[in-house]
Amino acid sequence: MNLHALRLQWLGNVRGDLLAGLVVALALIPEAIAFSIIAGVDPKVGLYASFSMAVVIAIAGGRPGMISAATGAMALVMVTLVKEHGLQYLLAATLLTGLLQIVFGLLKLGSLMRFVSRSVVTGFVNALAILIFMAQLPELTNVGWQVYAMTALGLAIIYLFPYLTKAVPSPLVTIVVLTGLSLVLELDIRTVGDMGQLPDSLPAFLLPDIPLNWRTVQIIFPYALTLAVVGLLESMMTAQIVDDLTDTGSDRDQECVGQGIANTATGFIGGMAGCAMIGQSVINVKSGGRGRLSTFVAGLFLLILVVFLGPWVSQIPMAALVAVMIMVSIGTFSWDSIRKLREHPPSSSVVMFATVAVTVGTHDLAKGVFVGVLLSGLFFAHKVGQVLRIDRSLSADARERHYRVVGQVFFASAERFVAAFDFKEAVERVHIDVGRAHFWDITAISALDKVVLKFRREGAEVTVSGLNEASATLVDRFAVHDKPGAVENLMH
Amino acid sequence: MSFVRACLDAKSHSTALLEAAQWAAQRLQAPLSLLHVLEPHPERAPLADYSGAIGLGAQEALLGELSELDRRRATLAQEAGRQMLQAAAARVAAAGQPAPELLLRHGELAEVALELQSDTRLFVLGEHARPRPTHRLHLDQHLERLVRAVERPVLVLPGERFQALVAFDGSPTALRAVQRLAASPLLQGLPLRLVSVGGSAPADLGQAQQQLEAAGFAVQAEQHTGEPEQVLPRLAAEAPQAWLVMGAYGHSRIRQLVLGSATSTLLRLSTVPVLVLR
Repeated sequence: MNLHALRLQWLGNVRGDLLAGLVVALALIPEAIAFSIIAGVDPKVGLYASFSMAVVIAIAGGRPGMISAATGAMALVMVTLVKEHGLQYLLAATLLTGLLQIVFGLLKLGSLMRFVSRSVVTGFVNALAILIFMAQLPELTNVGWQVYAMTALGLAIIYLFPYLTKAVPSPLVTIVVLTGLSLVLELDIRTVGDMGQLPDSLPAFLLPDIPLNWRTVQIIFPYALTLAVVGLLESMMTAQIVDDLTDTGSDRDQECVGQGIANTATGFIGGMAGCAMIGQSVINVKSGGRGRLSTFVAGLFLLILVVFLGPWVSQIPMAALVAVMIMVSIGTFSWDSIRKLREHPPSSSVVMFATVAVTVGTHDLAKGVFVGVLLSGLFFAHKVGQVLRIDRSLSADARERHYRVVGQVFFASAERFVAAFDFKEAVERVHIDVGRAHFWDITAISALDKVVLKFRREGAEVTVSGLNEASATLVDRFAVHDKPGAVENLMH
Repeated sequence: MSFVRACLDAKSHSTALLEAAQWAAQRLQAPLSLLHVLEPHPERAPLADYSGAIGLGAQEALLGELSELDRRRATLAQEAGRQMLQAAAARVAAAGQPAPELLLRHGELAEVALELQSDTRLFVLGEHARPRPTHRLHLDQHLERLVRAVERPVLVLPGERFQALVAFDGSPTALRAVQRLAASPLLQGLPLRLVSVGGSAPADLGQAQQQLEAAGFAVQAEQHTGEPEQVLPRLAAEAPQAWLVMGAYGHSRIRQLVLGSATSTLLRLSTVPVLVLR
């Protein structure tokens, strides 16, 4: 990367980045605590993770202005690992996640994101919003009316305070007001302090305390693989959103490697695996953050605030965090995807809903995206399969039938291809012109063979013309298609 | 077709640039192309809302808001750029030369130059004028990056005079000089520094300033201690992109005979162009 670009990414927007970083740090604290609780670890694990993810990705990432920290998507994946094997295995899995992501990045797998369609991204985002919201429900069930009142008040402050002034982050006002209220009224409600240990010092380097053997690898590898995939998916999608918002580009492979480095570093200081965050990145851009400095400052502020205000942080009622998290979940949700449901083709909506349903059902965003990608692939194959027309004409003496095939012949359209021929017709000669068709796979070729064979059985003499042009697409040498004029040749 | 490309810019005044480009095009027998690059600054945020709250449809709303801001800024910049190009084209036409190609592009100057270099014979660009002389320590970044990037010859013109030091001593000659300056289109638009040197400011300094301001100049009045013959050359050396303007030979011949002429001394010592108003 050239020096000029690097300078712009760090120092192009200093004032905006500093202030946005502060706003983001204030919103990150409740999130990090909430996601630690989802994962079943002490809040300090999430807070340390958010600090190190943000600071490291600011330096190593490929998308300036994007915020990475401990996230809900990752927390949901690690729940069973923590429950069955404990924190040390989570730290080891975090390290392995980082290493896997570095390998994925070096293999340039970021470009695979092109197979993830817009509908899948929307489904992912909506599923994430729903999961973040659902994760708040335990805090809202079997509790006294005070908690509901506090949460409602918190939401009211978050959404109404900006009408008063936009100079102070309203989530901060919510936290301060609700904490003050609960202290003054001496309410008996759950606070952050009840949820586990908070950081009392700066993070230190440590190695996960686990036996180094094959059994350990067997335990952590499946989790690490899922974490790596989910982390990269959310990071790539968030990068796309930030790209769109700021009208700039990002380096995806660099971002993959950066996520890996950040997770590796996080594992070494006792943090849980994390990735980019959609909600926080939107908040950052909205607050005027654009450069790497904003992410760096967010991480740094977070640590300073938490370490030095620790005793106060532990007094924050959970209701305040729940209010902030509900805001994040609402803000993450893609409202357009519901509003424009009627305008979009039904197949995209099916893909979107399938992604949401599978994700919410399994709590695993990787599975949801897998199903979404699979479905969109099927829908696409089906649509392209429709692009096939077979014209027929009869010679004047009614002895020769001429078929002209135009369009795409492959596994999804082979059946239609065969059905278009009239084998019942008694003619002497059949001519099939496939010069303007494309035979994409073996299924297409065998369908043609089948047609020829059937006609011969009926006693017709079959000639096929233009097969060379038609099967040019069969050759999997894509390099040929990259040459100028390749597309025109395909469209002949 | 290999063009001589003049990279016009709002910051570097384009007169000398255009002349040099026309001259080069004539000598090289090459067609002239006028290029203006609209530089977006995506690394800077156009708006900031510190409320930290995101509601339903926050992403879409923010995207709409940011695109609208960008659209407005880009429309204005495009309009200004087009006007600048057309004005320059009119000047070329007035000089009786064939109509130049006009190019308006988005991006960074160095990038655009790289894209265009295959059909470019020579780039002509001016160094940006900068408000403070200390900035001369660094080469203009646009210029430096372009020169590093392209594989074509680059003709660089130094930044143009962007301010004028007007020597003012309160004498009738100085007052006349101020009047002439206010009435003349010669330096219109340049920021003026109305400099008086000596023990105390002449009584008419304020009036002169008002007169110039009324004529549309941005005027900064300054009072320096010392001898004009020493102070003025020093000020000029500190602002090498300035004009020095003064009324000439105001004092009596006898005084000149004894003390020497301030005007002559200044003409001898000045490192910047001197505009002498008689």
